[in-house]
Formats: sequence, structure tokens, C-alpha cells
Amino acid sequence: MSGSREVAAPATVFAGVAMNWANRHKQWLAASLVLLALPHVPGLNSDFGRSLLSQMGIAAVFALSFNVLLGQTGLLSFGHAVYFGLGGYAAIHFMRVINHGLPLPIPLVPLAGAAAGLLFGILFGSVTTRRAGTIFALITLGIGELVYAATFMLPGYFGGEEGITASRTRGPALFGLDFGSQLQVYYVIAVWALIAAMLMRAFIRTPVGRMCNAVRDNPERAAFVGYNTQRVRLFAFSVAGLFAGLAGGLHAINYEIVAADSVSALRSGTVLLMTYIGGVGHFVGPVIGALILTWLQVSLSGYTSAWLLYLGLFFLVTILFAPSGLAGLIMMHGSIVHTKAFWRVLRAYAIALVPAVFMGIGAVILIEMSYRVSTQPELGTRMRIFWITVDAASPWPWITAIALLAGGFFVFRKTWPIVAVAWNRATDEAGAVNMTAQRR
Amino acid sequence: MNVKPEASASERTPPALELRDIRKSFGATPVIRGVSLDVHEGERHAIIGPNGGGKSTLFNLISGRFAPTSGSIVLCGEKIAALAPHEINRRGLARSFQITNIFPRLSVYENIRCSVLWSLGYKYCFWRGVDKLRDARERTDRILEQIRLTTRRDAPAGVLTYAEQRALEIGITIAGDARVILLDEPTAGMSRAEADNAVALIRVVSQGRTLLMVEHDMGVVFNLADRISVLVYGEIIATDIPSRIRRNEAVQSAYLGSAADA
Repeated sequence: MSGSREVAAPATVFAGVAMNWANRHKQWLAASLVLLALPHVPGLNSDFGRSLLSQMGIAAVFALSFNVLLGQTGLLSFGHAVYFGLGGYAAIHFMRVINHGLPLPIPLVPLAGAAAGLLFGILFGSVTTRRAGTIFALITLGIGELVYAATFMLPGYFGGEEGITASRTRGPALFGLDFGSQLQVYYVIAVWALIAAMLMRAFIRTPVGRMCNAVRDNPERAAFVGYNTQRVRLFAFSVAGLFAGLAGGLHAINYEIVAADSVSALRSGTVLLMTYIGGVGHFVGPVIGALILTWLQVSLSGYTSAWLLYLGLFFLVTILFAPSGLAGLIMMHGSIVHTKAFWRVLRAYAIALVPAVFMGIGAVILIEMSYRVSTQPELGTRMRIFWITVDAASPWPWITAIALLAGGFFVFRKTWPIVAVAWNRATDEAGAVNMTAQRR
Repeated sequence: MNVKPEASASERTPPALELRDIRKSFGATPVIRGVSLDVHEGERHAIIGPNGGGKSTLFNLISGRFAPTSGSIVLCGEKIAALAPHEINRRGLARSFQITNIFPRLSVYENIRCSVLWSLGYKYCFWRGVDKLRDARERTDRILEQIRLTTRRDAPAGVLTYAEQRALEIGITIAGDARVILLDEPTAGMSRAEADNAVALIRVVSQGRTLLMVEHDMGVVFNLADRISVLVYGEIIATDIPSRIRRNEAVQSAYLGSAADA
């Protein structure tokens, strides 16, 4: 009896430790299972779907790195693509060296990007982080323009307009993987994205990560409890640079080319939009923003040439009506999802949705027809929008669209009180539940 | 009243804080006009004086918010005049603010913990989880108990009541275990009962430390201070034990008036 107990004990202890670990990291385990399964889900199990997922992974890492600055440290940068792009260039050069015979596996290429991102983060960060607020934002804008100009001034390293290319398939074989298929590339990106997300999450929970929050909230007080606020900002900036560079390295593997657009102001703007739309106040916010915006970029651009306009509208609506982003919106609903009145809220949303859809259809018809008439007259005035064919030369589609937009808006405004009443009732109920829970 | 024998104290140890001929002008306007002051190790020293007399400016000079135009400030034997606030804090001086100055979006617990990190030597540590730092957790819990905010530990500091925020303000100040504490009007805006609580708290947390405070409430000052300095128009016109400050004619005419009888 005692013998068997001795044998069982270490195994039990081990199982206990493993269970405990799994329990503490269950959200990461769940995330890895999802990442593992995603490229086999119907609809995503094509090369197109896997390419979309790969782009989403890259964007998620980039947006998370941006939020180390914006959400965690309160620093608004207009030039974060600098670290993404310089990381990408370092990675593509590293890949070329591997192509020429350096015996290192291709999945390590993003590390070169991360190293470059960190290096330039420290270098430029030591200048930019001397100030916060508007001055900081302006300096990052200036450095962004500077680096973008440098890509054309130093063609030897940056390859000018064409950029630098390398091959991800010409490296030493690793467990029989050649990274020729999009699936294999996806898994490289997914693994690095998961590691990066875990590390950034961990960074926020270190002493200096917490002080980033403190500096964001009140830099003066942070100084009076012993911290050099410039140094704290520099830490945030360097960490953000590191992970932006890693994302750039993943970009290099995915596309096998890095060009000037990777350091452009457009990319800096896109990551800002992603992070804001997703929500700066929550760790997963930027990931949500990255997924949605990447999907919109890839799919919308296939349907309409006015997709940037829709993206802009989407951004405007989000920051106007949900300033805490989609993650903030989800969290808001999380607090009332258990209430009975939640169903009333959903019903109110459904009612409000009907005029909103009409409003949207009207707006889309107007935008599409205007776009066609003003930018693509050579395609003629007859066009298909959704399932209908309209002729932009005739006044009727215009009148109908304006009527849909205006009428939809009018009715939509009338539905708001319904939503507000349902919402207040649900929050009251949630508040009452919380009160009784506290009293107990 | 429990008054320290000041002469012998100053002979034994150098002053915890020593100001020599501190001057500060904003543009052409002199605000501090040659202040010299010794605050002894372990004493509770109050600075009183009329509004606009330069009390808050003096605090800002000592704590590094502004650099003095001239003069020297010595903290426990080290010159600190014109150093940056974080450098002065690291040398063992912490201050509170007249207008509450906390980390509004962080929880009460995080507010205190951020304030203990440097003094426990964690500095810019990025390789350890902050939740796993046992000494930081223990000191934070102890301070939360002292300032009686344990039950509010998870609330964002921005939603606390005014009195709670004032208590948190003091908590942040003492969290780094500084030897010299500067409190800028710790009971400002409080009700009588709240002020009494604050005085009891200050009495506890200033034990074993040197305390320099600016305070308008004469009840608080005479109750708490070992010595009092009177700052009028940028100059200290008297420094003495409370009973003698009450009787000082220059002080009475300059500032106290009938309050001295209170």
C-alpha cells in the first residue's frame, strides 16, 4: 500500500502542477486551440482564407505593440510604422543571408525584425520620449517622414521603389517544412503572434509596465514616487518598437518582399485606426480592431473601389459613438448580459437596426454612384449595387437613395428612446444585482 | 504637550532637512526672500502663514518641482537643490499635494503599489511579474490598512470620495518609506470629523520620520506640531515651539490675531 502511494505521489503532484498551470493560463490555451483550428474551418481553409488569417495575425501583433504606447502609456504616435518597416527590412535582409547559405531556420527570421525594432525604438525613442503629448506626437510624425524619405535616399539597403525581396523556401529544412504553403506560413505567424501577445501581456504586469500606466495617468506624481518619467516612456517605446519589428519580420516572411510602403504614414495611420476601433482600454481591443480592419481591407477592396471611404466612415462612427472601441462596447454589454432586461435591449437593437439598414443602403447607393460618376466615368453610368442594377444618369436612383438615407435617419432617431429605456432598465437591474451581491 | 528638547537634538544629529538662504523669483517678483530653516530628525514641523506667503512655493522648491533661484537645500547631509523630483524622492523625501494628485484610472491598490516599487529596489524591472513581488504586496496591504482603504482596494482611485482621496494622497506619500515627509495642507476641505481622522492618521504614519507640513487649520497645527515656523511674504519671521509661537507678538500681529487664543 505504502509503496504504491510513493509511486503515485510524484505523478499526482505533477498532474496537480500541470492542472494548476492549465487553469491559470486557460485563456492562452483556448487561444492556441483556436489558432490551431482556424485555417481548417470551412471558408478559411483556402489559400485566400489562410492568407487573410496570416495578415490578421501580423496586424494583431502590430496593433498590440501600438497599444503598449497608446493605451498603456498614453503616448500617441503617428510614426509607429517606422519600427514595423525597419524590422521588416532587417528581416528580409536576414532572410537573404539565409538564402545565401546561413544555416538558420526561416521561422527565426522575425527575431531579426524584433532586434531591429528594439534598436531603432531605443535610438529614436531616446529623442521622442523626452516629451509627451502633442510634442511627442509631432516628433514621431517627423521621424516617420524622415525614415520614409530615407528608403528612397538609400536604395542599397531599402531597394527604392521595388523594395527588397527574398525567398522563404530557400533555407535549411526544419522537420521537413519548406514554408512553401500558406498553411505553414500561417502557423509560423500564429506561433509568433501568440508568443508576442503573451509577452506584451506579461510586460504590462511587470513593475515598469505598471509604471507605464502610472505615467499615463499622472506623470508628475510618478516622478514624485521616484520614477524618471522619460525613462519609463523610453521602456514603453522600446518594447513597442520590438514587437512592431517582430510584426514587420512576420510581414517579410508572409510576402517575401519589403518595400517603402511598410514604413509609410499610411501604415502608421492604419495601425492607429485598428487600435482605436478595437479599443485602447482593453488588452484584446487592438486584436479585435486588427481582425476587423484587415478583413475589411481585404474583402471590401474586392467589392468596391470606395472602400477607403467606408473605412473612414466606420472609424468616424466608432470614435463618435463608441469612444472606448468595440472592446469597450463588448465589456459594456458584458455587465448586463445576465439580466432579464437584456432581451429587451436586444429587441430594441433589432428595432433600431431596420431603419439603420435602410439608411445604410441609401448611403451606399449614393457613395457608389458618386464614385462611379466622378472617378470612373469610362465604365459608364449603369452599375450593379447589391442585387439591383441602377443607372446613375437617371435622377430616380439618386432620389430613392436620398429618400432612403433621410427617411432611414428620421426613423432611426425615433428608435433611440426605445433603446435608451431598455438599456437603462438593464443597467438598473444589473446594479441592483451587484448591490445584493455586495450586501451578502 | 510632548515637546522634544530641541537644543540637544540638533547637537546630536545633523538636521534632516536644512535650508540655507533659499530665494525664488518668478520673473522679477521675489516669492521666497531668503528662507533658512533646520528641520530636526524625527520632529513634526509645521509651516503656517497667510495666503500668498510662499508656503506652497517653498514646498515646491524643496521637493524639486521648481529649482530655487539661489540658496542650498541639504537632505540628510546631501545637497538636493535643483535636482529633479524623482532624484530627490530617491534620496528619501516624499511629498503630498494640496490639490489631490493621484493616479485616477488605477485602482487604489495599484496607486499604493506603484508608490512602493522604487523604494523596494524594483526600479525598471521588466523580467518579474509585479503580482509576484511579496514584499511589495505586503507593504501595500499594510499601508492600505493604515489609511483605512482596504475595503476600497479594487476601486479606481478616480471614483473615491474626497476624504478617501485625501487619505490615498497621504498613502502614496508614505508608501516609499521616505525619511522626510512633506504634507501640503493634508486636511484642506475636510469636515471636522474627517480632519480629526486625518490628524490621527498623520500622527501614526509620521512616527519615526521627519514631518514638515503646511496647514491652515490651527487646531491641527497646535495639536500635531513639535515646532512651528511662520512664513510671511517669503520670509520666516519666527520658528519656535507652539506655546511660544502663540505668545510671539510679531506672529500675532502678522498673522495669527485672535486665532492664537483658540
